[in-house]
Amino acid sequence: MSNKSAHQPPRWADRFLEWYCRSEILEDLQGDLYEHFERNTISKGKRKARQIYCLDVLNFFRPYTIKKFKIVNNLTSFIMFKNYFKTSVRSIARNKLFSAINVIGLAVSMSIGLLMIAFISEVFSFDKFHKDGDRVYRVNNIYQEQQEDPTPFATTSIIMSDRIKESIPGVESQVLMTRGFGGDAKLDEKIIPISGLWATEGFNDVFSFEILQGNPETMLSEPNSIVLTDETAKKIFGDTDPMNQTFILGKEDLYTVTGIIKKPPFNSHFTFQALGSYITYTNQNRKGERGENWYNAWNNMWMNYVYVKLAPNTDVNDVNQRLLALGEKESEKYEHITITSELQPLYGMMAGPDLSNNIGVSIGGAVIWVLAGFTLVVLLSAGFNYTNLSIARSLKRAKEVGVRKVVGATKRQVFNQFITEATIISVIALVFAYLIFMFIKPHFLGLDPSIERSLQLEITPILFLYFFIFALAVGLLAGFVPAMFLSKLKTVQALKNAGSTKLFSKVNMRKVLIVIQFTLSMAFIISASIAYTQFKYALNFDLGFKTENVLNIELQNNDWQKIETAFASIPEVQMISKSAMIPSVGSTYLVDMKYNNDSTELFYNTIDENYIDLMDHEIIAGAHFTKKSSESEESEVILNEETLKRFNLGTPNEAIGKQVEIDENNLTIIGVVRDFHYDKLDQGIKSFGFRNRSNSFYYVNLKLNSSDLPATMAKIENAWNEVDPVHKLQAQFYDENIESAYSEYVIMGTIVGFLAVLTVSIAALGLLGMAVYTAETRMKEISIRKVLGATEGSLVSLLTRGFMWLLVISAALAIPLTYLLFEQQILNDIENRATIGVLELFTGVLIIFAIGILTIGSQVRRAAKANPAQTLRSE
Amino acid sequence: MKGTNLGEFEEVVLLTIASLMSEAYSVAICDEIERITERQVKLGVVHSVLNRLEEKGFVTSQLGEATKARGGRRKRFFEVTHAGKATLQKVKAQRDELWSLIPEFNLKMI
Repeated sequence: MSNKSAHQPPRWADRFLEWYCRSEILEDLQGDLYEHFERNTISKGKRKARQIYCLDVLNFFRPYTIKKFKIVNNLTSFIMFKNYFKTSVRSIARNKLFSAINVIGLAVSMSIGLLMIAFISEVFSFDKFHKDGDRVYRVNNIYQEQQEDPTPFATTSIIMSDRIKESIPGVESQVLMTRGFGGDAKLDEKIIPISGLWATEGFNDVFSFEILQGNPETMLSEPNSIVLTDETAKKIFGDTDPMNQTFILGKEDLYTVTGIIKKPPFNSHFTFQALGSYITYTNQNRKGERGENWYNAWNNMWMNYVYVKLAPNTDVNDVNQRLLALGEKESEKYEHITITSELQPLYGMMAGPDLSNNIGVSIGGAVIWVLAGFTLVVLLSAGFNYTNLSIARSLKRAKEVGVRKVVGATKRQVFNQFITEATIISVIALVFAYLIFMFIKPHFLGLDPSIERSLQLEITPILFLYFFIFALAVGLLAGFVPAMFLSKLKTVQALKNAGSTKLFSKVNMRKVLIVIQFTLSMAFIISASIAYTQFKYALNFDLGFKTENVLNIELQNNDWQKIETAFASIPEVQMISKSAMIPSVGSTYLVDMKYNNDSTELFYNTIDENYIDLMDHEIIAGAHFTKKSSESEESEVILNEETLKRFNLGTPNEAIGKQVEIDENNLTIIGVVRDFHYDKLDQGIKSFGFRNRSNSFYYVNLKLNSSDLPATMAKIENAWNEVDPVHKLQAQFYDENIESAYSEYVIMGTIVGFLAVLTVSIAALGLLGMAVYTAETRMKEISIRKVLGATEGSLVSLLTRGFMWLLVISAALAIPLTYLLFEQQILNDIENRATIGVLELFTGVLIIFAIGILTIGSQVRRAAKANPAQTLRSE
Repeated sequence: MKGTNLGEFEEVVLLTIASLMSEAYSVAICDEIERITERQVKLGVVHSVLNRLEEKGFVTSQLGEATKARGGRRKRFFEVTHAGKATLQKVKAQRDELWSLIPEFNLKMI
């Protein structure tokens, strides 16, 4: 046959047949099929014949053709297991150094793996306690302004709840909740601040929080009803029965307790101390024409959450389609914005995407993947160590394998033996890993307050099972390559010439593994140092105003005039101002701004007349705000340069006096402020304005000039306590605010840095093992060279050169790869960032080189220094 | 030995093996049955029947010489065993007896 391949049946079908068919009947069955195939090729054509062949192969997959389960074989394996175990333990005990390197490396990396398993299984256990939770979804809005990137929100509009009732079939029940319920609960002399959510009656239909008292159907139906958690109820009422009791919440609203719910469990994605009946919220806010309009507005979507429980067998895609259509229709009213909605499953919320205005904390899918990826890298590093060292060592095991094979061991049995050995090592490592895990767990949780709030990493019995399976898996994977390698050894070769290096055709693979290991280690170190530089950069960045010695104090609903008077008497307080929010730390306020039929969103802060001076903002044209009585209407605004450009308002001086419409009020531009960074540095500068409204201050800003800070702080605290004895003083220096705003860099830097140290140590351990091994096996060569006159230095360079090359290759890979990764991917979207300098790129590499030279050098020097007579004598 | 009952198709296969003498291997058996009975016969069916017959002890098999055809795979030749022959005889005798009981005019009607 000249063109044989053209007349071949499909290979995969053939392979499949060979895999499943019993060896006794394989040959003639395959022959028969070939014969048919050849016939069909002639009569029906090649393609048809191949098709028929495949069908036939599948057709012959029958009980009598399938290989029988080889009980006998398995029985021997089982009996032999004891032997494998014994040999493995002996071999582990004999090679203490190698075993120690392997166990330590695996234990360290597995402890991270355990942390990851605990972390992931906890994140995925969130909200599982809700009955029928798989049918519960949240309606998330997607907000898009003109052609800008759409932003996903966890919130939606109030009217959404009605729209769903009217036009979306398949919704079994729904609940509408709004943030901002709460205040000071007053009963007799006690004042207890509580916070929670406004919620409709549907709350208990959608969620299954445990109800301790009250009727689940009606507890949220009546106006001024409140449902407390058992914890809050105890705080307010002590041991008396709280049901149907009344108390004052906030200024003078009287609420009646209509239900007690058990405190939401830790693994709920949102939490509350109290629920207020939604009708109360509606009555308070749906007043007057303006209230009515805003209440029902489609873009009133910043505070409200709608959760729905779909009827069984409802198609989520169908509901999503309807929501999309609804959103597009409703958005037609608005010129520049499109607001659509989609469902997010309840079970995916903790691990879901990062949403704005989220109801509680979420970990975010991306973070989970990044951490899992890092963990995998650390594990790989330790696994590579095992593989490398085992293959290197197999020189000494070759004779054992030879003898076993002569005595009748099959390839599979040898394979099993070495896999067993690897698994034993990994299980030993698991014990140490668990101890390390218990040690690092509190440190991981303590990295950031937000981690501690949302995670416990509780050890459940099922976790132990996961841990054990994980250890077995690690053992199997790490042991796979060495076991394959050893089981494939040819008996004769292994026995005849065990020392022959011909056995080691896998040397290149070992080098590749070392290079990968070190490339990853270097990439880690470089990443950690880049993250650290980024953090430093953000902290020292010139924001456009001064933050030194500014203390920001939360008003906590106190009258600002009283607080201001109290602080004014402290001599160290140089200046006092008030503002609605603290810019530059990540939160922003937005408002609609119109000018000449053009509109945009204006970022803003509401400030008093002293703020600009206190923060040292530069006013490039016009004037500051002036002191006004607290009743006066808002009439003036100070804009930044960017807004002037956006609306073509001309030069700063030309802009002064022009009228703009902000939040449906006509305001006069009285000043222009130099552009500054009002948001975090990863965002650019857009339109920003300072507004001047006397009733929306939430912070007091103090400029301090103090030589004795603790004493000043004590004075401030005393002054605060005199005005408000109930709430604790919440004060933070501006610099601290900024530092915590960028804490994600610190967390990331800490995690990556820690992992970098781990991978580097593991890789260094592996290198040490390899160096010891090389020195041992080449001892004779070294001695002979020495006898013939080689100097110690030349010997050291001879033995080190090979390793050094591997490190150089790793560096050559790691530096550009990490650079590109950060330049193109991670830092690409960030507006203001530190450039990646040579220093960050090369320090890590230098550290690794130093460690590498030290480990290898120490071993090599010892070998080179040894007395040649000693080694050569014992032949 | 499993039950010695012979199904209809089993009987056909067994007879074909006997008739093909030393050339009885699965593909040939398949072809022969197709030729005589003029019906489509699946190789898979023949194969499983051969397997069953062998289990029942009616046929034995051995591999032949390798040839260039069939991708170099050897053929498995089947041979009817003594038990097989005896069963065939028995079946034939039973049929004959039944035939003999049928009055001739009954058949001429067809």
